[in-house]
Amino acid sequence: MAGIPHDHYEPKSGFEQWLHKRLPIVGLVYDTLMIPTPKNLNWMWIWGIVLVFCLALQIVTGIVLVMHYTPHVDMAFASVEHIMRDVNGGWALRYLHANGASLFFVAVYLHIFRGLYYGSYKAPREVTWIIGMLIYLAMMGTAFMGYVLPWGQMSFWGATVITGLFGAIPGVGPDIQAWLLGGPAVDNATLNRFFSLHYLLPFVIAALVAVHIWAFHSTGNNNPTGVEVRRTSKAEAEKDTLPFWPYFVIKDLFALVVVLVVFFAIVGFMPNYLGHPDNYIEANPLATPAHIVPEWYFLPFYAILRAFTADVWAVQFVQFITFGIVDAKFFGVLAMFGAIAVMALAPWLDTSSVRSGKYRPMFKWWFWLLCVDFIVLMWVGAQSTDFPFDWISLIAATYWFAYFLVILPLLGVIEKPLPQPSTIEEDFKAHYPHAAE
Amino acid sequence: MLRKIAISAISALTLTTGAAFAAGGESHVHDTAFSFEGPFGTFDRNQLQRGLQVFTEVCSACHGMKFVPIRTLADEGGPMLPADQVRAYAASLDEVELPGGTTRPREWTDKFPTRAGEGMGPDLSLMAKARAGFHGPYGTGISQLINGIGGPEYIVSILTGYTGETKEEAGTTFYANTAFPGGWIAMPPPLSDDQVTYADGHPASLHHMAEDVSAFLMWTAEPKMMARKQMGFVAVLFLIGLATLLYLTNKRLWAGVKGKKMA
Repeated sequence: MAGIPHDHYEPKSGFEQWLHKRLPIVGLVYDTLMIPTPKNLNWMWIWGIVLVFCLALQIVTGIVLVMHYTPHVDMAFASVEHIMRDVNGGWALRYLHANGASLFFVAVYLHIFRGLYYGSYKAPREVTWIIGMLIYLAMMGTAFMGYVLPWGQMSFWGATVITGLFGAIPGVGPDIQAWLLGGPAVDNATLNRFFSLHYLLPFVIAALVAVHIWAFHSTGNNNPTGVEVRRTSKAEAEKDTLPFWPYFVIKDLFALVVVLVVFFAIVGFMPNYLGHPDNYIEANPLATPAHIVPEWYFLPFYAILRAFTADVWAVQFVQFITFGIVDAKFFGVLAMFGAIAVMALAPWLDTSSVRSGKYRPMFKWWFWLLCVDFIVLMWVGAQSTDFPFDWISLIAATYWFAYFLVILPLLGVIEKPLPQPSTIEEDFKAHYPHAAE
Repeated sequence: MLRKIAISAISALTLTTGAAFAAGGESHVHDTAFSFEGPFGTFDRNQLQRGLQVFTEVCSACHGMKFVPIRTLADEGGPMLPADQVRAYAASLDEVELPGGTTRPREWTDKFPTRAGEGMGPDLSLMAKARAGFHGPYGTGISQLINGIGGPEYIVSILTGYTGETKEEAGTTFYANTAFPGGWIAMPPPLSDDQVTYADGHPASLHHMAEDVSAFLMWTAEPKMMARKQMGFVAVLFLIGLATLLYLTNKRLWAGVKGKKMA
């Protein structure tokens, strides 16, 4: 494997040599665990481990929940109550699973924004970034379908609203929507297929995670300086790096356990805090809730979806030049998916030759504004759509696109970056003057 | 058939709620200090038993609890009635309808009866959780951790929120209620002072009964709350211990690399 020079696994005993010739699995595990890792990684590099833990937690709790859940419109809600009341530890499994989804998204957002700040998406890590975006999309699909399964009011009406988005596609929209739902409206067929896909997608995510790790193990980790590990010789590489085991395994485990203290406090003492009370009312197709609010982790993109109404001149202009094919509703849908697409295209939109935001004096401000923008979008996504929230969401949504489509390309041209350390070793020594050679 | 009627009854109620909500009524929920709030809070067994009495003698006339198994009245962390009392209680409830129009006595392994049809109210199994929100996320945010989810407060506020005014609309009488969204509720005032004579001699004023039955409904909505909080404490304390050990391990591990001296 290309990458940073380091020691590889050498089978010693007769059995090890015998196995290694036939299946080099010990070598794979060894090389993965002993991968040289930049020794200056900061605490924002711990979210990957948290994410792996989340995936494992969701799969393990989910598999057991499935043993007691019934995917049928007449029985789903009651089977969840059966889990909460009659299954040994069922309440714990369900609360861990429901709040585990929230932890998953907390971690993925911090992971993504870390990548955006330190330029982890830039060459040669574009493929890692794109796979990461695919994982994020699969996570959103999985979480959305999982929220439908308890068959409460928000499950039902959330499914109705979100699948309705596909109905906005000109021409084929209604057909696509019916195909997704398995019928003209959200019903038993919808619940069954969502259940099936909710079970399938996590394993797709697991495979994508393996490829994600493979990709960045080939390029090496990015690090807070954005300066690459020296790879001309093993001796030089060892000055910039430490093996993943034990240094980063122990560090990441410590961080994971600290995160889990907060997580278990929420599961133990306020497990319904992040859920909507209406989901404890069984789904009723005849009664629409006063406010249909998606889960918190969808709110930023939900806000972008709702931001572009028929009153916005850009929407009217697009509607005019497309002869009405792209109306306000479809424009909103395009904007929502576009918001994620522009993020995925960041490697090609960012023209700066400097990787880390640490050495980009102008970029820093725009980046932190993007973080604030994300939080504003999340907040406004849960508000009503009248004044002033319509204006706030329109401005915030516009900034999201401006950041990726205008600011990132321009900054690379006009910004004068600060001097960067020549090596990771130099940066590390600046922090720890007594560091060993 | 029953299910169809139930759906139309519920939707009729909810639709009226929606219409009234659109009219712009404010809902006033007041805070109540319950024993089960906060990380250390526990259910008061006597209060749950009194609440069960209020539910049985008053609420159950029009409200079912189709998700709550009767046997759980004997469970740890609940009203903890003796098993023989729970069996006798189950037998005193409506008989279970069987296919073919026959009935059999209700067993303690059955669930509470359901109520559906003209004039019947919504199921109360999960009402305390379905009406949460007073203590955040929509109210005062994080205070849910200390003050509970706010669902029982809503129920107390409804039960004590009647002003005495009534109005007729399309043949239905509505009662003015300061807590109900929209201000007008179809449920007649269910409780009045000393309507129930508590077995334990506890005073049975309107407020006492309202709080007792709300506490009981919090238990029916979240019967494993005590076990959950216990798990929370064990998990948090264990993880803090583990984090401490990992912190020290990590510090020692990196000391050599960072050139720091370890004591």
